[in-house]
Amino acid sequence: MKRILRVENLSIEFHDHALAEKVVTDLNLDIFEGEIVGLVGESGSGKSLTAMAAAGLLSRHDIKKSGIIDFDGTDMLSAERAELRKVQGNKLSVIFQEPMTSLNPLKKIGWQVEESMKIHMPEMTASERKNRALEVLLQVELKEPERVYNSYPHQLSGGMRQRVMIAAAMAITPKLLIADEPTTALDVTVQMEIIELLKDIRKTYGTSILFISHDLSLVSILCDRVAVMKNGVIVESGNVREIFDFPKHEYTKKLIASIPVVEL
Amino acid sequence: MAIIQVKDLHISFKKEKKKIFERQQYIEVLKGISFSIAENEILGLVGESGCGKTTLAKAILGLIQVETGAVIHRSKYPQMIFQDPTGSLNPSKTVSFILQEPLKNCTNMRAAERLEKVKWMLGEVGLSKEYLQRYPGELSGGQKQRVSIAQSLMLGSKFLVADEPVSSLDVTIQAQVLNLIKDLQKRHSLSILFISHDLRVVYQLCERVMIMKDGLIVESGTRNEIYKNPQNDYTKKLLKSAGLRD
Amino acid sequence: MKKTEKHNYNLILGIVLTAIVLIPAVIGIFYTPYDTESMNLALKMASPSFSHPMGCDNYGRDIFSRIMKGSSITFLIGVGTVFWGSLIGTLVGAFTAYYGGVVDEILMRVNDVIFSFPSLLLALVFVAILGPGTYQVLFALAIAFIPSYARVVRGEFLRQKSMDYVQLARLAGAKDLRIMFVHILPNIRKVLISSILIGFNNAVLAEAGLSFLGIGVSPPKASLGSMLSDAQTYLFSKPELALFPGLTIIIMVLGISLISKEVA
Repeated sequence: MKRILRVENLSIEFHDHALAEKVVTDLNLDIFEGEIVGLVGESGSGKSLTAMAAAGLLSRHDIKKSGIIDFDGTDMLSAERAELRKVQGNKLSVIFQEPMTSLNPLKKIGWQVEESMKIHMPEMTASERKNRALEVLLQVELKEPERVYNSYPHQLSGGMRQRVMIAAAMAITPKLLIADEPTTALDVTVQMEIIELLKDIRKTYGTSILFISHDLSLVSILCDRVAVMKNGVIVESGNVREIFDFPKHEYTKKLIASIPVVEL
Repeated sequence: MAIIQVKDLHISFKKEKKKIFERQQYIEVLKGISFSIAENEILGLVGESGCGKTTLAKAILGLIQVETGAVIHRSKYPQMIFQDPTGSLNPSKTVSFILQEPLKNCTNMRAAERLEKVKWMLGEVGLSKEYLQRYPGELSGGQKQRVSIAQSLMLGSKFLVADEPVSSLDVTIQAQVLNLIKDLQKRHSLSILFISHDLRVVYQLCERVMIMKDGLIVESGTRNEIYKNPQNDYTKKLLKSAGLRD
Repeated sequence: MKKTEKHNYNLILGIVLTAIVLIPAVIGIFYTPYDTESMNLALKMASPSFSHPMGCDNYGRDIFSRIMKGSSITFLIGVGTVFWGSLIGTLVGAFTAYYGGVVDEILMRVNDVIFSFPSLLLALVFVAILGPGTYQVLFALAIAFIPSYARVVRGEFLRQKSMDYVQLARLAGAKDLRIMFVHILPNIRKVLISSILIGFNNAVLAEAGLSFLGIGVSPPKASLGSMLSDAQTYLFSKPELALFPGLTIIIMVLGISLISKEVA
């Protein structure tokens, strides 16, 4: 199976205070074609930063990065902005936790879904783009794609907005979808629907997914493999069922133990 | 004997007027809520965002005006624990000040007495004396929530409303704080209205559970009844989403 | 970018500049090397010398002493303005924000009316009614300062009012006044100090303007503005008469500005 993401010896250091702060240390992670990998940790574990680095979105001057992040041939850590732009929104997409701030409140949904197509597939005509947009809105189970296409973000619910985000991310069928806590801000019932949706996307398009979360139970439902992070390092990783049923590291055990047990 | 009785509570909020001279429209947030909680009981209230649970919490404690219906308290000084520990502690005050505040306002205790009680309460919630002079900004989420809990117990209240008290905390800290709440409830014979969207957490703590949707209680019963034998479709949907039902 | 270990040059510069002007001003309240009002025609237009470091003006009065006295009067007017203005402004802002309703609407409209007058114009009105003089100027400028300050306080109070700690204070039995001034007020300190410093600057400039127009502090009393006014005739023959008071104003305002920028 082909490997599409290789993270090797990734270290991230913050230099915004007088003392440098290492937030990710010597991290290694691989993602293969068509698999869903979970990155689990609590706040401050460095999981979001790792994801952002992989997406080429860590460009602040006061952050020092070292190591290699090889995404399908491009080094996401050292590539120039122009090179990154060719990859972002094209072979690699990101969805964030807060759909309200990720969507432009002043633009209609249709416009936003088509955005990446306009940039990366300039040969498409306007009607081809619209058709693809409607197609993908339907695929994320938005029942009235025409209506949603013409709506503004504030007219939709949180769950619908997140579906729109996923639609926008999938419009050009990326090889890798990075999802940073996409369900955390959503209601419980909607969370499950989004998880199911992500599963369908992998089945339909073969897209790999890097799923960041603090919720181990969600990860166990969605992911094939999982890496557990604490204080900037991966303490344990492997097949989801193995990790869940036979955790080895103390911290992993602690995480699993803190899921309230319900015995019916 | 019920420590609190809520009878047919209705609350409406003003809708934002689009034009100046339009008639004021209202949106009904609580459409007739009734329930009671016995002494020493933890009642769970489960609902998703927008169902009105926070409005209910504030209304019970007199922080929002009630238009129709009654709230009858048998306990003195009912208290609340809020979801976001960051907003619920005054950033410019020390832990000592925050904890002494209820005593300053509602009792005649002198400074030395107050300090003693505060130190004792810190111990009750598992924090050492050195936290007295700290500011909220210096505390972690879990520590802040412990201080919130301590504050709510300063006046010896027998009834607490806990509005999503662990939802903002890291998963491993959640378990600790929940255990603390369980422990304190037993030791101080508290009645708690425990509001949460997390069915697993509610299962840990509550003997009776109410399910809320769109300003109404759609189902209520004992823990076993709700989790093993739900009647309402919405309850079933919630259980399914929590992975507690196929 | 935080400057935790690097020195805060702006703040140091601001303090130094302010001190250069303020120290003589404060001393000038009680003592000046020479009498600032009596004329001494023998020293008319004297050049700077050892005994008169800034020279003498057209009436033979020591310029340095007049600067000291003038700055002290300008300083007192500035302090008085912000003191009374912020006292009343805080009360207005706090009460309208906390209680809202009809009172809020009415007071805010009154506020807006006063606010819409340029402070100079407002001062003119008061002086026309009350006559010229130091205290009249102070009164007028204080009234002019209240609206902007009340607005700032009101805005901050509204923001704090919705925070949970205010609810908790109520549950702890605190009464409204206590909540407003013991609980909420300390949290808006920074913004208040910033506003006060800016208000001080505006008062200094307004006073200079008023006295320059002849409706502020009246001769033979010295204030920086009146000294500027007197210096007009001699702008080319003896520029120091304008230069020194002008420079004093500039340094005072600049110093306070730098400090307020760092405090914000």
